[in-house]
Amino acid sequence: MSKLSRRALITTGMVATASASGLVVAAKLAKRYGLIPPDSGGIYGPGETLTYAAQRLLTRHSLAREFSRSQISAKPFANEVTPLGDGFQRLQQGAFADWRLVVDGLVARPASFSLAEVKSFPRRSHITMIQCEEGWSYIAEWTGVPLSDVLERVGAAPQVRYVVYRSFQTDWWESIDMADALHPQTLLTYGMNGGELPVGFGGPLRMRVTRQLGYKSLKYVTQLTLTDNIKQFGKGLGSAEPEGGYAWYAGA
Amino acid sequence: MAETPRPRHSILVRVTHWLITLAFLALLVSGLEIVVSHPRFYWGEVGNVNTAPLFQIPIPSSRNLVPTAYGYVLPDQNGWSRYLHFQSAWVLVLVALLYGLAGLFNGHFRRNLLPSLSDVSPKRLASSIVEHFRFKRPRAEEAWSYNLLQRLAYLLVIFVLFPMIIWTGLAMSPSFVSAVPAAVNFLGGQQSARTLHFFLTWALVLFVLVHIFMVFLAGFRSRMRAMITGRAPEPLERV
Repeated sequence: MSKLSRRALITTGMVATASASGLVVAAKLAKRYGLIPPDSGGIYGPGETLTYAAQRLLTRHSLAREFSRSQISAKPFANEVTPLGDGFQRLQQGAFADWRLVVDGLVARPASFSLAEVKSFPRRSHITMIQCEEGWSYIAEWTGVPLSDVLERVGAAPQVRYVVYRSFQTDWWESIDMADALHPQTLLTYGMNGGELPVGFGGPLRMRVTRQLGYKSLKYVTQLTLTDNIKQFGKGLGSAEPEGGYAWYAGA
Repeated sequence: MAETPRPRHSILVRVTHWLITLAFLALLVSGLEIVVSHPRFYWGEVGNVNTAPLFQIPIPSSRNLVPTAYGYVLPDQNGWSRYLHFQSAWVLVLVALLYGLAGLFNGHFRRNLLPSLSDVSPKRLASSIVEHFRFKRPRAEEAWSYNLLQRLAYLLVIFVLFPMIIWTGLAMSPSFVSAVPAAVNFLGGQQSARTLHFFLTWALVLFVLVHIFMVFLAGFRSRMRAMITGRAPEPLERV
């Protein structure tokens, strides 16, 4: 064996050992600081973990762009809504007076709020873009109560790591980490462009997560569950989306 | 013909070349699949089926609310396409960073890609273009170095097209632009970024097609061997 190739061999060995131990350390740190998404298993796990970890490190407190009133889309697109059924129609006929938002899980004071109560909480509005994973988008003014306000109201436990939220359409449920749950732009919205939030756009109550794609902005929200263990929900992948083959984290 | 001990392409160039090839193919396939869910393109910040597109590709869609000329809807494949697209993007970005930093420090760019000053003249450029359009098999010494047009094409791909396609991709990420709003504002909006991303894809596809054509013209076996094993025939004058 020549000197050169022995040196190359030693260097390669050292680089390989360093990268392997670096990866192990990185994985441990990522786990400790909550940088691993619930759908980190499987062949696309590494890419998802890199995206989620990188964005959590770089963008934890950043605000989504807000737009001027003149930039509000004249023709927003509601997207397809599968029929909501008789139960929903009855609620709609009663002007959603009987709509309830249940908040449970790791909270000091579990609650069931009426829509009127939710609307009585401090409100915030922002003009932001909603982007569908398919590629289309629109800008609207969204009005609602900051999710952080609701979490404070029910006394969220300090160990809470995720907020799971469910839709009236029971197949749909989502979850976000605390960086998004406590984010000032994350709202439970009931108003759009100055009026009531139309049913097509998720009325009477829609989650708005401004720094993620549209599917995290779940329509027809009926329940919030605060948890420190996301694995116990559904198939343990964090939301209904990964069960259908889509990424849990949609910051893209 | 004698084999040289020195590789035609360094191990780093060879490994990164094929990793980027793989990542690019995965990005291309998954990217085109994602386009199928909304084959309409817009300019500015926003666009959806209720607004007029800049243009629409005449293909069927995987969403039934997208108006197309076809009476059927394709199955939704965006789940794996998006997972694969972003994972491949990470491979591409990390490998490209390794290649770029190494090339900067070990002189690969300066030595092998930067044309010599005397070569960058309209006359030289014109003659290089004419030579290419004659589709002549390159001279033997070109097995060991890149010609002028080749250098310029590689520099364009490495320092303009790839950085631009990564940038326009990041400009579509709602989370990334929340931290770096200038990334999308500078491009004129999120839909502009998407449209540019699409055109940059075709620029890179065009490069790949011409690149493969030139490999065949220069001698498929010898060029592939040089990029896989590093071995290449000795230049004639050295035999």
